[in-house]
Amino acid sequence: MNDRMEPVVSVRDLRVWYGTERGAVRAVDGVSFDLLPGETLGLVGESGCGKSTLGRGLLGMLPEGAQTDGEIRFKGENLRTVSRSRLRDMRGPELGMIFQEPLTRLNPLMRISEHFEEALRAHTPGISKDTVERAALEVLGLMGIPPTRYRSYPHEFSGGMRQRLMIGLALVFRPAFVVADEPTTALDVLVEAQIIRILHDLRREFDTSLLLITHNLGIIAEACDRVAVMYAGKIVEVGEARQVFRDPQHPYTRELLRSTISLSTTGLNYIPGAPPDLTDPPPGCHFHPRCPDAMRVCEELDPIDQELSGGQRVECWLHGPDHLIGVDGRDRLRVREELSVADEA
Amino acid sequence: MPTKPEIQGTAHAPKHRAPDEVLVSMQDVEVYFQLRGGSMARLLGMDTGSVRAVDGISLDLRKGEVLGLVGESGSGKTTLGRALLGLVAATGGEIRYAGQDITKLSTRHLRRLRGDLQMVFQDPSAALNPSMTIETAVGHPLKIHGLASGEELHRRVADALERVGLSPPERFMFKYPGDLSGGQKQRAVLARAVILDPVLLVADEPVSMLDMSVRAKILQLMLDLKRDLDLTYVYITHDLASAKFFCDRVAIMYLGRVVEVGRTEEIFADPKHPYTRSLLKAIPEPDPEKALPRDLPRGEIPDAASPPLGCAFHPRCPEAFDMCGWERRDLRALIEAHWTRHEALDFETERGTIANLDDLDEPSHEAVVAAGRSSSPVDVEDLLHRIREEDADEPLWRGVEDMTLTDGGVRVRFHDGADPRLRPAGGVEVACHLYPEVEPAAGEGPAS
Ligand SMILES: Nc1ncnc2c1ncn2[C@@H]1O[C@H](COP(=O)(O)OP(=O)(O)O)[C@@H](O)[C@H]1O
Ligand SMILES: Nc1ncnc2c1ncn2[C@@H]1O[C@H](COP(=O)(O)OP(=O)(O)O)[C@@H](O)[C@H]1O
Ligand code: SF4
Ligand SMILES: [Mg+2]
Ligand SMILES: [Mg+2]
Repeated sequence: MNDRMEPVVSVRDLRVWYGTERGAVRAVDGVSFDLLPGETLGLVGESGCGKSTLGRGLLGMLPEGAQTDGEIRFKGENLRTVSRSRLRDMRGPELGMIFQEPLTRLNPLMRISEHFEEALRAHTPGISKDTVERAALEVLGLMGIPPTRYRSYPHEFSGGMRQRLMIGLALVFRPAFVVADEPTTALDVLVEAQIIRILHDLRREFDTSLLLITHNLGIIAEACDRVAVMYAGKIVEVGEARQVFRDPQHPYTRELLRSTISLSTTGLNYIPGAPPDLTDPPPGCHFHPRCPDAMRVCEELDPIDQELSGGQRVECWLHGPDHLIGVDGRDRLRVREELSVADEA
Repeated sequence: MPTKPEIQGTAHAPKHRAPDEVLVSMQDVEVYFQLRGGSMARLLGMDTGSVRAVDGISLDLRKGEVLGLVGESGSGKTTLGRALLGLVAATGGEIRYAGQDITKLSTRHLRRLRGDLQMVFQDPSAALNPSMTIETAVGHPLKIHGLASGEELHRRVADALERVGLSPPERFMFKYPGDLSGGQKQRAVLARAVILDPVLLVADEPVSMLDMSVRAKILQLMLDLKRDLDLTYVYITHDLASAKFFCDRVAIMYLGRVVEVGRTEEIFADPKHPYTRSLLKAIPEPDPEKALPRDLPRGEIPDAASPPLGCAFHPRCPEAFDMCGWERRDLRALIEAHWTRHEALDFETERGTIANLDDLDEPSHEAVVAAGRSSSPVDVEDLLHRIREEDADEPLWRGVEDMTLTDGGVRVRFHDGADPRLRPAGGVEVACHLYPEVEPAAGEGPAS
């Protein structure tokens, strides 16, 4: 990617919290990153770490009761603070969302043609049926859906075809920014690979920047330019995907990679314990109770975003800054008492 | 992948060679589900067809082994697993266990076997009654079989919880499923499954719903249980990576059939069936050097109520050839794929060439592609030739015997093809025409 390119999306210190009886759930807790034109950024982490909240928060699609702070800069506007009606206008032409379960997003009583007509008319009133059909068939073709199926109903499609449809509906406007939240998690491996292929080729056909949320590290490796690793509401490491996979700099990234069962797995590894309760996360680095490398400073001070020489960014005291780490700060934390099953995820 | 230094939290699976004593023997097992159809169809006594969920499977399960049933959803894995335990009635074949045929046993006799044969399902939340404490849930099998009560029941539940790592047991006994994490719930389910001291455990996607960081822990627990309790496992999964690590043997399933079966090392080192090869290629691996595969099988698993002719995988198979069972429906898919690749405008002009694609929906080795109202049979022939020229390597053409002009259109005749049976190839067995069935050597065959 070109260093001089202006980012499409620029997120600064974004926070999202849900009010509950037990207190505020800090689901997104000070997240910053940029997304360049045509770039695919993977967002990975254990379930409950805030991935979906972040994805929805970026597009202003949070449920009632969620509160936000920070900045989401998109084409000169702050998406976090623009009006609801402005957001509604932008969704479609500028911003798109793809969900895990397409069937719940399609109207069973409407033909595919009608879905496209409704979507396009909402933003271009008076657009002709023929114009809609031409635009729809073009995008459906790219998704591998035959034009002969244009007048079918959603239930006449297989799961994989429905997800292609949803992607087609999101892309027919050629939006600049799309969030895809676990788009293949419900699909079988061959169909998943087909869809990943489509998402991977997006940048060639459209100039879309994609935030691809998944818990599957393999998908990140195959489909993403960069990867952001999320833990307990924070992005703990972000960098070029190949680089991060080859040489993870945050202990959480490393342990997540090690615990993933892949074709080259010869022994079982796992991260002891479970991600913290986000109403009351541990002080300092949220990962310190599970971290094999934790030092004294890790339980006392919040780690600071560091840029490493390879361009990777990481929030971990192992990477300094040294001047903030006290005299005994680098002492290893007491040998961690065995985290028992009682704390397992 | 980063290297894997040994740190705490590391363990290795004991991979031992499976001994040869057969525990369960399946012969031509079939489970067909009758389709209900609409009330009209039933009133008219129409044949509404059936789903061949398990379609003639023969497999031996050896004592002490982990046998993997691996395949995409709808391939019949769960149904076969349930049939093994008599939880679903087999409509054909035999399942022999301890001198009996499970498919013929009455409910009462089956209940007696329940102690020996246990199943663990994918979703631990659905498997546990939300209003029952963990103690009640885990002790339930002992109670309904009248095997323990009172102090004894309490002690055995505590032992079982201890065994699955829910320790100290007092900490978990009085909790409800809602108080436990996903991994803890699956531990409780495993405790309940082993409390009757079973011989065989059928584990249906036991870790699929769990987070990556917990999967390894539950698999490790299953290995520990197997070693301590002398268990035999059937491990059902769609995840080839965990099967590779966990199983001694794997059976790859597709549409109710086993298409390849053999020792795990052999199947993964040298996958033979094109379906197995595709699956392995398609797994997204966390390896930055591995590129996205280009030659993926097209389409999706077809409807099990009306499976493809010949080899069920042929419509998607990158290596299919004349024998594989080409048919009318494949021709429809081919024409539609052509229109999908082209501009909407070409579709506009070409769609009228063919009268009705729906005519191509019945399974048959012969097709007549009728010309549309304003076109001629020669136009249809031209269209088919254009499609062929676009991609001469398309496997379908290998199955075309001839194309002839008729009054109303073009007749396409396909090779009759055949349904490939499971046959030995190398050290494994595979159901694919790429591997010739060995004729029994002279003198070995039945005397005529
Ligand atoms: N509507 C909501 N109300 C309260 N808490 C929520 C809500 N949605 C999500 N959460 C909590 O926020 C945290 C992050 O959830 P989520 O964004 O769904 O994570 P992920 O997508 O990574 O699994 C979790 O602790 C979850 O329980
Ligand atoms: N009770 C049932 N009634 C009708 N069809 C069924 C039933 N159970 C499963 N099937 C069908 O049988 C086939 C195999 O299903 P299943 O055994 O669940 O496959 P898998 O576990 O490999 O996903 C599928 O086509 C499924 O729809
Ligand atoms: S028989 Fe073998 S080559 Fe033919 S379609 Fe089936 S898998 Fe492919
Ligand atoms: Mg989520
Ligand atoms: Mg199943």
